[in-house]
Amino acid sequence: MLGRGILRGLMETWRNFQGSYYDPARLTTVQYPEEKLPPLENARTIPFLIYDGEDPLAGLRCTACSICAVECPAHCIEIVKDTAKKPDYLGRMQFHPKVFNIDMAVCMECGICAEVCPFDSIKMDRVFELSRDGRRMVLQMRDLAKPNHYFRQIHPTEAAAVDAARAEEQRKAQAKKAASSVPAAS
Amino acid sequence: MNALDSIFISALHWLAGLAPAPVRPLVSMLLIIAGLMAAFGTCFALATILERKTLGRMQNRFGPNRVGPFGLFQPLADGIKMLIKEDIVPFSADKTLHFLAPLALTAPVWMAFAVLPFGRNMSAIELDAGILFFFAIGSASELAVFMAGWSSQNKYSLVGAMRAIAQMISYEVPLVLAAVPVLMAAGSLSLPDIVQAQSGVALGWVPRWNIFTPWGLAGFALFFIAATAESNRCPFDLPEGESELIAGYLTEYSGFKYALFFLGEYLGLFAVAGLAVTLFLGGWQAPARWLEWFPSWGWFAAKFSALIFLFIWVRATLPRLRLDQLLNFAWKFLVPLALINLFAAAVWWKLPAAMAIRWLLCAGLLAVPYVWLGRHWNGVTPKRRHYGYAQ
Repeated sequence: MLGRGILRGLMETWRNFQGSYYDPARLTTVQYPEEKLPPLENARTIPFLIYDGEDPLAGLRCTACSICAVECPAHCIEIVKDTAKKPDYLGRMQFHPKVFNIDMAVCMECGICAEVCPFDSIKMDRVFELSRDGRRMVLQMRDLAKPNHYFRQIHPTEAAAVDAARAEEQRKAQAKKAASSVPAAS
Repeated sequence: MNALDSIFISALHWLAGLAPAPVRPLVSMLLIIAGLMAAFGTCFALATILERKTLGRMQNRFGPNRVGPFGLFQPLADGIKMLIKEDIVPFSADKTLHFLAPLALTAPVWMAFAVLPFGRNMSAIELDAGILFFFAIGSASELAVFMAGWSSQNKYSLVGAMRAIAQMISYEVPLVLAAVPVLMAAGSLSLPDIVQAQSGVALGWVPRWNIFTPWGLAGFALFFIAATAESNRCPFDLPEGESELIAGYLTEYSGFKYALFFLGEYLGLFAVAGLAVTLFLGGWQAPARWLEWFPSWGWFAAKFSALIFLFIWVRATLPRLRLDQLLNFAWKFLVPLALINLFAAAVWWKLPAAMAIRWLLCAGLLAVPYVWLGRHWNGVTPKRRHYGYAQ
């Protein structure tokens, strides 16, 4: 205990002090509201629903299968099925949700809903500046619906994989349809 | 001397001259008090913001930088916040003592500034036993701390106050002992005389400040450590160690009383830093003859600011000690070293002024006990540490 460690510590803090005026590595603080770090691709906050096409409600991929609502550990998803069926992207007739609510007060942003969804409909969003005027705790279908290009923008890798898989399925379905329609025509 | 050097004295004479002759001494004294309070009040405000900014820089972040340009109005915002906060007195507290404690801490600390020479002929009163007065006033703060701890009727306050008392009494011993060689050198208890005794240069260019002698350097280090502990600053701030004691004796204080405690603490720091400048760093003397165009109070302010920066720097670096480490460090390390330093200073003055031999002997007298005590004061020889995260 001759104070060598103290001197070393003092040197370190001194390097921090004078380095903070010219070396960005010595001043790592990001002054948040003015400066923002580029968001990480895998960051996730609340869930949202993807729609294709122009109309948010008509283009929703959700088929009201309620798997997410069942799997949700916090039971924050409420789904009411619509009675009418509409064709999905493969041409199959599917139900659609009439009500799709997520209670933001309960959601813990675990991402299980996004993982279990078989229709790539519910995905995790990246918005985080949610405390503002006019904020609602229960998000309804209209608030949750976001276009596919938004999904491609926030999670490019995952979105590309999803789009490729869907395109492949669509191609297969069309080939099958063509195969089944060709013998009928001949 | 020149006009700039005596600008405060001339201003004082001119202002006091406006008053009628019979009350002139009183007016002049009041003016000095007002000046001191204004100067060191501003100093306190500046110190809080600069300390936070420096600490921030040393921890890789900006300090406060939102209020006003560069965050310089932060003390103003803090002051307003403190003033308009609710003043809570615990139900079972001793109301009178609880009210008096912050005043009892702050009032004597102001008095300590009375004897410090801030420049040539610039001390409020020239006491013959100025340093004695300083230490006597300085130890009055212990009473206030215990008043605060006892009157709050809170176990954390009480334990914090007990710790503070133990710490302050323990560290007062090395604080005073470290100052004694300076008194021996100057042959006077008066602070202006001590500054005067450090005038001139040795070897043609080294100023005759006490810090440039082996006993002065050791004395300054001891004084600095003891002063850090006396003013309850990191790494000796465990009377208010928030991880163990909420806030020590400050637990039950809020609003302006809390601010008064802070004011008292900072003023105590300023006073003891001013004393360190006076005792070891040559007071208001310029380091060389050709630098004397800069006013004497400017030199005092410069040395004072450097010392305050050193306090902040140490605070940013070191973690808090444990209570037993703290007390062992005072009694087993600082006090013996301070006594040895006294002896070394005596040897220094008995030897002829042939510099090299005096230097070597005196430095050896201090270095050998330092190394030996440093290795064995705990009773255990420490293993070589590996600072994995600091590299």
